[in-house]
Amino acid sequence: MSGSSGFSLFKRRNRSIIPGFGLTLGITLTHLTLIVLIPLAALMIRPWDIGLSGFWHQVTEPRVLAALRLSFGAAFVAAAINAVFGLAVAWMLVRYDFWGKRVVDAIVDLPFALPTAVAGIALTSLYAPNGWVGQYLDPLGIKVAYTPLGVVVALTFIGLPFVVRTVQPVLEELDTELEEAAACLGATRFETFIRVIFPVIFPALLTGFALALARAVGEYGSVIFIAGNMPMVSEIAPLLIVIKLEQFNYAGAASVGIAMLILSFIMLLVINLLQRWSRRWAGV
Amino acid sequence: MKWFKRVAITTAALVGLAVSPVWGSGQILNVSYDPTRELYKEFNAAFAKHWKATTGEDIEIKASHGGSGKQARSVIDGLDADVVTLALASDIDAIAENTDLLSKQWQAKLPYNSTPYTSTIVFLVRKGNPKAIKDWDDLVKPGIQVITPNPKTSGGARWNYLAAWGYAADKAGGSDAAGKEFVAKLFKNVPVLDTGARGSTTTFVQRGIGDVLLAWENEAFLAINELGADKLEIVVPSVSILAEPPVAVLDKNVDRKGTRKVAEAYLTYLYTPEGQEIAAKNYYRPRLPALAQKYATQFPNIKLFDITKFGGWATAQKTHFADGGVFDEIYKPGQ
Repeated sequence: MSGSSGFSLFKRRNRSIIPGFGLTLGITLTHLTLIVLIPLAALMIRPWDIGLSGFWHQVTEPRVLAALRLSFGAAFVAAAINAVFGLAVAWMLVRYDFWGKRVVDAIVDLPFALPTAVAGIALTSLYAPNGWVGQYLDPLGIKVAYTPLGVVVALTFIGLPFVVRTVQPVLEELDTELEEAAACLGATRFETFIRVIFPVIFPALLTGFALALARAVGEYGSVIFIAGNMPMVSEIAPLLIVIKLEQFNYAGAASVGIAMLILSFIMLLVINLLQRWSRRWAGV
Repeated sequence: MKWFKRVAITTAALVGLAVSPVWGSGQILNVSYDPTRELYKEFNAAFAKHWKATTGEDIEIKASHGGSGKQARSVIDGLDADVVTLALASDIDAIAENTDLLSKQWQAKLPYNSTPYTSTIVFLVRKGNPKAIKDWDDLVKPGIQVITPNPKTSGGARWNYLAAWGYAADKAGGSDAAGKEFVAKLFKNVPVLDTGARGSTTTFVQRGIGDVLLAWENEAFLAINELGADKLEIVVPSVSILAEPPVAVLDKNVDRKGTRKVAEAYLTYLYTPEGQEIAAKNYYRPRLPALAQKYATQFPNIKLFDITKFGGWATAQKTHFADGGVFDEIYKPGQ
């Protein structure tokens, strides 16, 4: 997100010392077109067989709205949980040395590597009423598997690495002198964290939050095992897309896809604006 | 827009051709649905042996399995299958409607509506039948949890739904209103909707969710074999539906690949005593009277009605399972 004026695409603002601007721009545009734009264009073309009113009708069905609410709501809650605990994990990994740190560091990446279906099945067998964890929660009246809560659990699992891995490098870069200065000036440790450390890591934390959120919104594989998939209650939007495809309703499936795309775009845009504002605020 | 679409489809097809493996005529692909894995594993080996003995040619049969609707969609989108063996006629109808791979009259080409084996819908309950579930009426009682997949995504679930509907409608003297009310009540008792038959079996058996599983008869037998008769038992309802999973040759593909002869022989072999025996061994009900008799002890006698009760698959699909159909009405909010 550079602040260059977009009047002329190929005019450089100032002569850069580094050569290869034209070449890299060409590669970037070609790559983005092939990998991102063409598939998205194909998606955009699909729904218009049914016209704008058809599109609107598809995405405002109560069941679709309920699914979108669940997908985005659960993803938001999961990303928020990850922001808090991911920050704690990153803090611990950067600030302290302890035995087995390498192992913990590696464990953080596991949700990345694990096939989502495996994660879904594992979580379901844990949280089902007859599962290891579920059997203790069930008497308390807490149902996780086959409820929206299960969706949040699955999305939290897959989103954790994003927050940790984005916050970690920023924390490592943080100058201890800043903290020492704050301490000399009589700040308590809590004040130091709130007024010195947090503003610096906040943009990175937001990035991690955004990544975890975006990943969770589109997640399918792990969720369908634990959600229970009840219409109006625990049916996620990607599953509805699959259901519409099962009925050869390509236009309807693409409509829901576009609705998700637009919502995600708006969300990421807001997060981006927040970041720019917070950078200014932090004076970074 | 039309023009653009054509260009896009042509491009996709060309790309598809470029990357698709070259099939020899010594290879055919059978695109099938989920619970037939075991059946076709055995049948393919038997057919390859039979083909070698009669023609001297080696033949390799590849099989692809998945949810019936998804498999049909893969074929429509260009999966290069020689034969399809799916869960319900409407999935093959969809292929005939959306492509020109086979004629709309495909179902008349082979005996018995092109369905070499049949199945039905039965109940699977926990050992000892603690909830005393004997017939359809027990499924709508308060406090009974019923496990079935989602009829929107699973062929088997559509058979489940229609079996329940048919039972209730008949009981009320052929009233559709009674059928609808019954099915709506039934789905109020469903706590989890999996996308496919195997997923529902897992939910019921491994996760211990629910009191009764509505399942294909062959799935129920398999579940008992795999997981032990000490955990589960089959309950046969008073009346159920005759499920007919059809088979068809994809004319256009076999003509292009030169595999027509072997593809047709492959499906015909399903109707021979050998093929029927393999079907019966894998808990599908054979069509040949001789084999039906031989396996009579395995398959209990149930009063069966078939899909014609619902005006055929095309009508049933439109009325019940299409967007805005009866099944969608069941899950309208505020009901």
